[in-house]
Amino acid sequence: MQMAITILISGILTDNFVLSKFLGICPFLGVSKKTNTAAGMSAAVIFVMLIATLVTYPVYAWLLVPNGLDYLQTIVFILVIAALVQLVEIALRKFLPPLYNSLGIYLPLITTNCAVLGVTILNFDNNYTYGEALLNAFGAGVGFLLAMILFAGVREKLEGCDIPESLKGLPITLIAASLVSISFLGFQGLAEGLFK
Amino acid sequence: MAKGKLLSTFTKGIVKENPVLRLVLGTCPTLAVTTMAENGLWMGMAATLVLLGSNVVISLTRKVIPDKVRIPAFITIIAGFVTLVQMLVKAYAPEVNDKLGIFLPLIVVNCIILARAEMFASKNKVLPSILDALGMGVGFTAALVLMGSIRELLGSGSLFGVPITSSFIDPMIVMILPAGGFFVFAILIVLANKLSGDGKKAVLGCAGCPSAAHCPNAQTGGCEEKKEGEQ
Repeated sequence: MQMAITILISGILTDNFVLSKFLGICPFLGVSKKTNTAAGMSAAVIFVMLIATLVTYPVYAWLLVPNGLDYLQTIVFILVIAALVQLVEIALRKFLPPLYNSLGIYLPLITTNCAVLGVTILNFDNNYTYGEALLNAFGAGVGFLLAMILFAGVREKLEGCDIPESLKGLPITLIAASLVSISFLGFQGLAEGLFK
Repeated sequence: MAKGKLLSTFTKGIVKENPVLRLVLGTCPTLAVTTMAENGLWMGMAATLVLLGSNVVISLTRKVIPDKVRIPAFITIIAGFVTLVQMLVKAYAPEVNDKLGIFLPLIVVNCIILARAEMFASKNKVLPSILDALGMGVGFTAALVLMGSIRELLGSGSLFGVPITSSFIDPMIVMILPAGGFFVFAILIVLANKLSGDGKKAVLGCAGCPSAAHCPNAQTGGCEEKKEGEQ
């Protein structure tokens, strides 16, 4: 239980995937202009992270490692994730059209999102069990959602600001990201200190 | 191809189309590993090696790979070279493996490599593809080392691990924290926009997105615009 809470808190707040691990920066900067777009993208990321972990964990732990093929991790993971995203897209379009309409357009973007591949690899770097790995994937996804929504809020406020000409566009977005990231520094030590 | 054109294939990646500062590709490793100049150098070299290998193979096989499955094929080729580089690094430079950590296997989803495969290697002969890979690789490495140097000098008062200002100026630790990464990157992009002189600004567009090729929104103006029209 203690472990589970620690994994969740560090995934969501202290080791936030976007703001302290720098994974998934492309969608963070690219799809965060509006809060609802940001939320849609994040929901798709949580979903894909969970099923990616659900599938890659058994593949690695029960198929690759016993056969001494663990060096194939990177190749196998990226192919599994790519195939999985395609499958999910087809399945959603056929069986759950409403969900497809809200998440579908983000799915192709996620195949090559480094946060998804990152979470599946980190599960093994941290020696998590299957359950912990799934929790970690969920925490990382929720952390992504939190960062995206907060940042989209900041960017919506920035729209009406008088920004110096040379900072307009990408630079001011990055500076805003820097400030959001500073606010997350406040959570440092929370996961470790919680059970002391 | 004329000699001058070959040369410009190489040099365009370094300044005019610098993958980090002009095309805004590969932002994740750029921000994550540049807490020290040395890490930036290693990351740049590893990515250059992968880029070189994948560009050569993709250029050689460009007539064999069917158009429809080219993205999965490219990803497999790239993942193969990433695994190769991972094994080399683990065998000969284990301390680099510790420093780069997860960002070594994540070269596989580095936008620069897939973008070059898609935009250049799959349409050109081997020699230009090699030069393109080297140019882009040098540009990526240079940008990473530049950013790493700035962050290391301000954040730890040293350069490539050698103490410089740390004895008389208190280092600004925030510069080696994630927040400083975003900030230094913003300032570098402003400078690159100014210095490029062509008046064009670096934007994070669909060109930089590795999914652009099979994303239905890429033709209609990208993720944001499509959404606005829909609702």
